[in-house]
Formats: sequence, structure tokens, C-alpha cells
Amino acid sequence: MNEIFSESLYLVAAILFILGLKRLGSPATARSGNRMAAIAMAIAVMVTLISNEIVGWGVIVSGMALGTVIGAVAAFRVEITSMPQLVAAFNGFGGGASAFVAATELLRDSDPALEAGVMIVLSLVIGSLTLTGSFVAFAKLQGLVSGNPVGFPGQKITDSLLAITLVIASIGAVAQNSVPAYWTVTALALVLGITRVFPIGGGDMPVIIAFLNSSSGLAAAAAGFVIESNILIIAGALVGVSGLVLTNIMVKAMNRSLSNVLFSAFGGSAAEVEEIGVEPVWQANAEDVAVMLAYARRVVMVPGYGLAVAQAQHTIRDLAAALEAKGVEVMYAIHPVAGRMPGHMNVLLAEADITYDKLFDLEDINREFPTTDVALVVGANDVVNPSARNDTDSPIYGMPILDVDKATNCVVIKRSLSPGFAGIANPLFHLSTTLMLFGDARDMLKKLAIAVEES
Amino acid sequence: MTLLIGLTILVLASFVGFEVITKVPPTLHTPLMSGSNAISGITLVAALIVAGRGNGTATVILGFIAVTLATINVVGGFLVTDRMLEMFKRKDRP
Repeated sequence: MNEIFSESLYLVAAILFILGLKRLGSPATARSGNRMAAIAMAIAVMVTLISNEIVGWGVIVSGMALGTVIGAVAAFRVEITSMPQLVAAFNGFGGGASAFVAATELLRDSDPALEAGVMIVLSLVIGSLTLTGSFVAFAKLQGLVSGNPVGFPGQKITDSLLAITLVIASIGAVAQNSVPAYWTVTALALVLGITRVFPIGGGDMPVIIAFLNSSSGLAAAAAGFVIESNILIIAGALVGVSGLVLTNIMVKAMNRSLSNVLFSAFGGSAAEVEEIGVEPVWQANAEDVAVMLAYARRVVMVPGYGLAVAQAQHTIRDLAAALEAKGVEVMYAIHPVAGRMPGHMNVLLAEADITYDKLFDLEDINREFPTTDVALVVGANDVVNPSARNDTDSPIYGMPILDVDKATNCVVIKRSLSPGFAGIANPLFHLSTTLMLFGDARDMLKKLAIAVEES
Repeated sequence: MTLLIGLTILVLASFVGFEVITKVPPTLHTPLMSGSNAISGITLVAALIVAGRGNGTATVILGFIAVTLATINVVGGFLVTDRMLEMFKRKDRP
């Protein structure tokens, strides 16, 4: 196949990628958009196989067969609650693949030109960082290692030294064009990916996953420069930007900066936790709350990560259905960083057949709280902490929150009075309009649903 | 010159990406992420090229790993996104 023909088909694939992403922007067209992108990928793969002189068919067929099986099994078997881990792992595979491409290219041509050398280093470094960083994120989300911010004294200095060494070694590798130096750079990047993500706490995962998403795209773009392929550069740039846009949305929703998330091991350490439990709280039982809910005109559900942990998305749907049968209007308030990845809560509730027209973003729902009878907070803490609005000394001051305290009454389902991810006391729990329901989210929601039906 | 053309494409594609992505509502952020994640598996194209050249054991091994990892990314990414989007329903649809 001549080059004009193959390049034209790559262009078609690029256009389909862009149109596919555009269609992902609306729930009605999103599915077709994803399929469009998949078709684009199929075109790109077929053109590549036809237009290049392939010697190693065995390697390609076996690799693609194995990858297809693993990918398909993972995609069909994963629990929706585990979606963040899966996306983290996929990010890692993508980044890793780009690093391996650069490594293979280096084996073929151990004396690359200056430009190619720079791109090989970028591909190796970004790809390796994405690979190990993603797998630490995966391990944290999967609970294989502690989700708390884990650090050691001198962490920042060690990491800074590691990063500086990485930059110097990269320059050295390109300047001297020495293959061992390229491998050294790769090893440093692999280590830095681990040490950099390890201290980051679970609540900051939405930022990290979005960021790793971006870096997997950038790694692909760098690989595109290595093998001089426009389609890789275009698709890589699209994903790189997409990840950065999401990263930016997430850090804004946390009122933090990216460097703050990456370098501060925020929250969780015992010393920072303020005295909690001195002030009184109003504890309620499920029956009382059920009556309150059943006689409300409007109830707003505020799900947080605790709902995902308790796998209570179906139970909250049952409660909502019971309330709607009594004529209560039920809405869902979704904070941008509720959950462990951007949009996590929306997918979780969609799984439970909750239609997306009942899910409301922060700004839209905050207008509704003053006319809401009951705000039911399930497994959320920091995102409903009024200190973010009115306590200038609070570490989360300025973070956009859901104004549940403006509802006539607020009910909080929580295991205990322990502080949230940020390790900050929540004055919401001590308001006279707030009732606390202590217990497992799923058990409690089930009790409420039964009590509402019986009321 | 190739480098400059590549950079030009990179910058222009980034602007297109920015315009398209900023319009995606928060409801769809997870599918957007897993879908774009599958797109980043485009590195499969590069993996196929380097693995297909097939000279030397080391190249074959590294090429095989690159193809496998990229395929997992592509196949898994698109399938899981489709699975998620299937669940997104509106009231008027059963």
C-alpha cells in the first residue's frame, strides 16, 4: 500500500478519534462516540499491519491475542466500584507500552540521532513513570497497600534528588548517546514513579488518576515522535490534554494546586487531627429518620466514597424508590471529587439504574438546599464540611462544598465520628439541625428503606 | 524538519482536544477518562511496527510485551467504557 493511501487512512482515524471524543460529551451520544473511537483504532491497527513490512507475525498475533483476552476479561468482570483501579491499571499498561516501544527502538538503533534520542528519553521517562505510578495507585485503590498518605522523613529531599538525577542522566544519555545511560534513566523513572505516588492519600486519587491518564497520552505522543507517526502524536495529544483538563477540574474542586497534591502528602496524620467528640451530637435511630424522610417534600441524597466502599448504590436506589412511591421528590448531589476518580459517583449510581437526570452538580444542587427538607449524607465528610465556607483557619477553607447545612434538616450516615480524609473535624455533625445515624451505610439504608415502606 | 511538523501537529491537536474536552459534563467524566485512556492505547500502532520488524530475541521479547500491554489498554478500555455507557439511562427510556 502506498504511503499516501495509508496516511489518508490514518487521517480518517484521527478525525474519528476527535468526533468520538466530541460525542462522549453528551449522555445521548456517548456510547456511539466510544464506538467511533474504537473503529478509528481498528482502522489505525489494520493500516499499520497492511502498510508495514511485518516479519514477526507470530509476536504480533500472540501479543494481540493475549492482550485481547486479558483486556476483555478485566473489562467484563470488574465491579463498577473498582473502576478507578481498572482505569489506573490501564493507564499503566498504556504508558508501559510506550516505554517498551522506545526501548525496542533503542535496541534496533543503538546510535539514534539527537532528535530521536530526545524523544526516546521522553518516551522512556514518561512511560516508566506512568507505569509504576499507575500500579502504586492501583495497589492503593485495591487496598493492597495503605490508602493513607505514607511518607518517610526526608521524602521530599530524596524525591527531589531523584528527580534532579533523572534530569541530568537524561541529558547525559542523549548527549553521549550511550545505551546504558538510557537504561539508567529508565530505572530512575521507574523508581520515581513509585516513590512519588506512594505518599499520596486515597482522597487525592481523582487528581492522580487524571494526571496519569494525561501522562499515558503524552507517553504515546512521545512514542509517536520516536517512530515518526502522526496518528500517535494526534491521539496522544488529545488524551494528554483531556487528562490535564480533568486534573485541573479536580484540583479546583479540592481548592488545591497540582503541586500541592503531588508533593504534600495531605491529610490523615494523627498529629493534625483536632479534638473531636467534645461537642454533642444528636443521635437518631432509623425509624425516626424514616418518618422524617417519608413526610418530606424534597430529599437530597449526598453520596460519598463511603457509599462505594459499602457497595450501597443499589440500596440507596431502593430507599429513593420507596420515598418516590410516597410522593417525595428525590435528587442526588454529586461533588466533583466524591469517589476516587472523576465522575466515579455518577457511574456507580448509573449502575444502580438511577437515571442521570436526577444527578445534580455542585452548583445546581446548592441552589436547591435552602428549599430541601432533608439532606441525607451517606459516606461523605469533607465535601460537606461547612468550615470550608466559613472558617478561614481551616485547611480546607475555600474548597467548594455541598451546602447540606442549609437544608431544613440534615441526616448523616457514618460509621463513627472519625474525621474524613483530610483529618479535619466537621462542625456539620454538631449542628442542632443535624441527626447522626451511626452504622454501616448499606445496613442503615436498608433499614431506612424498610421503615419508609412500612410508614 | 520532521520534528517541527510533529510539534505543529501536537500543538494543534492539543487545542482541538481542549475545545472538545472542556464541554464534557461531570456526569461523563469517568467514561471520558476510560475512553480517552483506550485512545492512548494508540501506542499499539507503534508497538506493532517495532515488534513486526522482528530482529533479535531481545527485540522480539520487548516487542511482544509492548504489543500485549497496548492491546490490553485498547481492548479493555473500549469495552469497559461501552459497559459503563450502557448503564447511563434517562427517565423516558425503560
